[in-house]
Amino acid sequence: MSVVVAEQLVKTYVAGDIKVEAIRAVDFSIEPASFVSFIGPSGSGKTTLLNMIGCLDPPTAGSLQVAGQDITSLSRQDAARFRGEHIGFVFQDFNLIPVLTVFENVEYPLQMVQSWPTETRKKRVMEMLDAVGMTDQAYKYPSQISGGQKQRVAVARALVTNAKLVLADEPTANLDKETANRIIELMKQMRDEFQTTFVFSTHDPRIVENVEITFALDDGTLHKLEKSAGGDHA
Amino acid sequence: MRNIFKLAARNLFRYKRRTFLTSMLITLGVVSVLLFISVSGSFKALMVGQITDSVLGHVQIHKKGYMASVDSLPLNRNLTGKQIDKVIQVLSEDDAVEAYSMRIKLGAMFSNFTETTNIRLNAVTPADEIKTAPLLTERLIEGKKEGLITPGEVLIPEIIAKGLKVKVGDGIVLVANNKDGSVNGQNFTVRGILEGVSGPGGKDGMVHIDDAKTLLRIGAAEVSEVVIRLKDIDQLPVVFDRLQENLGSMKNQQGQPVFEVHTWVQISPFSNIIKMIDLMTLFINIMLVAIVLVSIMNVMIMAVYERINEIGTISAIGTLPNKILSLFVVEGFLMGVLGTAIGTFISLVSIAVMNATQISFDFGRQKGLLLSPTIGAKDVILVVVIVVAIAVLASLQPAWKAAKMDPITALKHV
Repeated sequence: MSVVVAEQLVKTYVAGDIKVEAIRAVDFSIEPASFVSFIGPSGSGKTTLLNMIGCLDPPTAGSLQVAGQDITSLSRQDAARFRGEHIGFVFQDFNLIPVLTVFENVEYPLQMVQSWPTETRKKRVMEMLDAVGMTDQAYKYPSQISGGQKQRVAVARALVTNAKLVLADEPTANLDKETANRIIELMKQMRDEFQTTFVFSTHDPRIVENVEITFALDDGTLHKLEKSAGGDHA
Repeated sequence: MRNIFKLAARNLFRYKRRTFLTSMLITLGVVSVLLFISVSGSFKALMVGQITDSVLGHVQIHKKGYMASVDSLPLNRNLTGKQIDKVIQVLSEDDAVEAYSMRIKLGAMFSNFTETTNIRLNAVTPADEIKTAPLLTERLIEGKKEGLITPGEVLIPEIIAKGLKVKVGDGIVLVANNKDGSVNGQNFTVRGILEGVSGPGGKDGMVHIDDAKTLLRIGAAEVSEVVIRLKDIDQLPVVFDRLQENLGSMKNQQGQPVFEVHTWVQISPFSNIIKMIDLMTLFINIMLVAIVLVSIMNVMIMAVYERINEIGTISAIGTLPNKILSLFVVEGFLMGVLGTAIGTFISLVSIAVMNATQISFDFGRQKGLLLSPTIGAKDVILVVVIVVAIAVLASLQPAWKAAKMDPITALKHV
């Protein structure tokens, strides 16, 4: 069963008399444990689409199913609960909570969102930190670690709840080439290990090279790009 | 909830200087209020003590209608026979009563054989009067204090002593009308000079009750007023109600109550000063509320504004709006608790220091009154509860804003 299924999905923004169709009746589906990217120029609607999949922004029309549930008309409270249970987020600016240590940042969704018991929670956090190679930095604060390390922590935080879908908005945009490559490798490794679906919104060709499916967005319309024999999308 | 407290405390610690300054502002407010309450309370207690312990007592019982014509000291409105017995019975059965004194109040002509003037007199039983008005002997600026007065002696107010140039040991004559209108005179020796105090009865002289009976040719038991001192002045409203109830059962032939009971507050104009002090305390409390409200709200608005992106992040990863609300409310609560705790500590230490250093002041003619500020647990708890409640209240609006924030807008915020 697909993790994400969108049918005739529309998102329209209205500002006064101006009506902007950010997403125009798109259809797509994303399979479990896949590596998918949405690409396109600025303003093409990639972030809007990612926000809709992430239950942050409701669609104007059409249907959108995530993890088997219709999310088109969730209340604010239910949407937050759904995000906490099913979706992980990785942000361009890492968005770690500065007053919490690395360990506590990863622990946050289990403690403040899902209320796991202490022992299980701590064990799970250590497993995730081990998986992203951050065990030795566990008790440092975000200000004490590098950008790449922060993004590793962000990946661990996104996966710690056993989320089957991770949405990553430009996750490598603020990283140098070498670090970005390591993060992409890490996410692939996590996908393989935890069978998690990673959906990217990106400009970064290194991510596009590594994903299996790429959707190109242009002025709110979506095209699936086929991967050539050489690995390039066409 | 523990995690919310932990996170809130960390966030407060993140902006150390701001948290410190805001807490100090709350501390300053709490210290001001607690010190004002304790010092004004001490001043109030001293004033009340001076007024009640010098002459008025805490409660006075008269025959119905006496107080309406008190200026003419009407002898035909004295309590008599059974009425006095009833008062004695009620007062003896009341554990809150420490002492009581029965007085005959009379007006007389005072003559030093060369000049004559009017004088108002309280005729008392000395032992009872000393117990009921313990500061009375302190008002004796000249003359022997022990025993207060014996038959044949008179204590005269300072104003008459000066006006008629009368000294301790001088012989004088008091001439008075009894209630039937006949005149009688009696020789007295000036035993002492009483310092005047403000308020009713503050410039009255004093004679022994037996002399008053002779002068006024009173045979049977008769008194103008019964002055009562309570063990605890805080019990005044309760005792007042009880006395009214217990004495109210005695009615005259017209079915009207025989007695009227008044507290010192109803008799003395100084009670208005006490009310003003209470009013000032109220305004100081309102200022404290304003300080806490504005400072906490300002800080929390800043905290929300500075952490918009962070609010977006925790909202995106599934934190429910009510938890975001709690997080900011708890921050305000902790800041209130911190400021209040420090403020209460400083206040209590300051009160202890003031008591240890024995600060004295003058009130009217009273010199060297010792300021002994105290504060009751009830007042401290009230201030603490008000401050913390206002801190929480002030955090609600910014916290509500944070909880309602759209995560997409918040995440876009730089």
